[in-house]
Amino acid sequence: MPEISRDEVAHLADLARIDLDDAELDHLAPQLSVILESVASISGVAGDDVPPTSHPMPLTNVFREDVVTPSLTAEQALSGAPASDQQRFMVPRILGDEQ
Amino acid sequence: MSDLIRKTAAQLADALAAGETTSVEITQAHLDRIGQVDGAVHAFLHVDAEGALAQAAESDARRAAGGPSSALDGVPIAVKDVLATEGLPTTCGSKILEGWVPPYDATVVRRLRDAGMPILGKTNMDEFAMGSSTEHSAYGPTHNPWDLDRIPGGSGGGSAAAVAAFEAPLALGTDTGGSIRQPGAVTGTVGVKPTYGSVSRYGLVALANSLDQVGPVTRTVMDAALLHEVIGGHDPRDSTSITQSVPDLTDAVRRGATGDLTGVRVGVVKELGGEGYQDGVQARFQEAVDLMVGAGAEVVEVSCPTFVHALATYYLILPAEASSNLAKFDAMRYGLRVLPEGVQSPSAEDVMRATRDAGFGDEVKRRIILGTYALSSGYYDAYYGQAQKVRTLISRDFDAAFEKADVLISPTAPTTAFKLGEKLDDPIAMYLNDLATIPANLSGVPGISVPGGLADEDGLPVGVQILAPTMADDRVYRVGAALETLLADQWGGPLLDRAPSLNGAS
Repeated sequence: MPEISRDEVAHLADLARIDLDDAELDHLAPQLSVILESVASISGVAGDDVPPTSHPMPLTNVFREDVVTPSLTAEQALSGAPASDQQRFMVPRILGDEQ
Repeated sequence: MSDLIRKTAAQLADALAAGETTSVEITQAHLDRIGQVDGAVHAFLHVDAEGALAQAAESDARRAAGGPSSALDGVPIAVKDVLATEGLPTTCGSKILEGWVPPYDATVVRRLRDAGMPILGKTNMDEFAMGSSTEHSAYGPTHNPWDLDRIPGGSGGGSAAAVAAFEAPLALGTDTGGSIRQPGAVTGTVGVKPTYGSVSRYGLVALANSLDQVGPVTRTVMDAALLHEVIGGHDPRDSTSITQSVPDLTDAVRRGATGDLTGVRVGVVKELGGEGYQDGVQARFQEAVDLMVGAGAEVVEVSCPTFVHALATYYLILPAEASSNLAKFDAMRYGLRVLPEGVQSPSAEDVMRATRDAGFGDEVKRRIILGTYALSSGYYDAYYGQAQKVRTLISRDFDAAFEKADVLISPTAPTTAFKLGEKLDDPIAMYLNDLATIPANLSGVPGISVPGGLADEDGLPVGVQILAPTMADDRVYRVGAALETLLADQWGGPLLDRAPSLNGAS
């Protein structure tokens, strides 16, 4: 039966870019273990010969004509930005100290 | 209580066409009702009185000039807060989108506007539609109009409560695992999940792309059909939109409303009942089955053995898709930005981590982490890959069942509305609410929940679910309307006539 450790939850939260504090890790880790246990029941239900379904409607290669259509203005696109400057999104520094 | 708010959308459309009332009168009556009861119900996150009245006045002017845009021109509607509305806040029930005003309309919202329907406001929901009770809304829960201490279902509890409390004649919801149908069941209202891909998802903030579907939330089956015909149909802006046109749904309702089901084969799904289903739910369900037999339906028991794995399959596929969808909330382009405490010159990544911690609630964090796990190398085949295969088996079960029956029926939810807070910190207990609704999402088939009566033990509403094959949405409307007619004849009126008036609540 899968068990998900507190350290593992911390690692996954790191991958998912969420700062979880100790109290949250204590709270969430046991709950995630319980959920994982209950979903583990599907292992072995479908054999290797069963094709996977990613999507209920098997649609592929949906194209449109390559023509210009109206889109958002720069002002509209930036309207929800936490910060912007010169018609661009303004973001914190993107490189770490070591880079 | 104004008479106008008790009318169905179809009746309001007729009254408008006959010149007996105006859209401004109707819209004002609903805004007054919202003012009167929404303090207690909390179905709305945002009410746009000014905008709705302006749209109503435009509708009245159009009608006076002889050119209404649609049958529902002038009939107001509430919209779930997961659908983008230009100029109106769209939060998805999350702090991370607090105050966000989209610069564009979802296609379904655009279609409401084109049909001339005033938008009353945005309805409450579990954060990013993750939940079955609206208790995971960052803005506080919605209360069930039948008993204000109980949940209205979820995630679209706000839309269901709004129509159940007569705050709106119509609402839009979204259904990823039952978020339209289960709230419909526990509030005594009607909810439809259309065939996957038959209603545009453009401008719907995605929870799980392969499962999400927009649909009608109403008090009658006819109203759902009228609204479905407004929002349905192909949309080139949604790459999963199917090109087939929506079948004639209002005609299907008219046929069903005769109460005649002669020759219709109704399959009772063995796996969606029995253990785990409340006695009063099973009793009302059996009564519905008996009524259908009396109306000429041929009832057969069908078995869908893989359905017992549907919940586990869903709780692998959904978090996997959700965790990647929600990666877009990175504090850079829209929404919340939180700077980490005690960090000098934080990096974009530091800001992202702090923002996502502050902006997401517990359930969203649980599912993102679960999805990240299911998609990690080493676990992918065992979890996500296996779930996708079981999904195929579930669709095969549906195919086999629909060879024996024209529609399948089951209770919509295993229980009636439970008390607020009762299951909030027990994710598995919460997930079990969607036991009967999830298979339809995994397979893409359409489904409806219609009120089935009140459970004997608690006097709370029970829903009956009807499912049909892909693109046979007209069947759920025909059989849903027939059951609605048969039950209303027995009750001597609609179920909601027995709900508390809420007058005096505020």
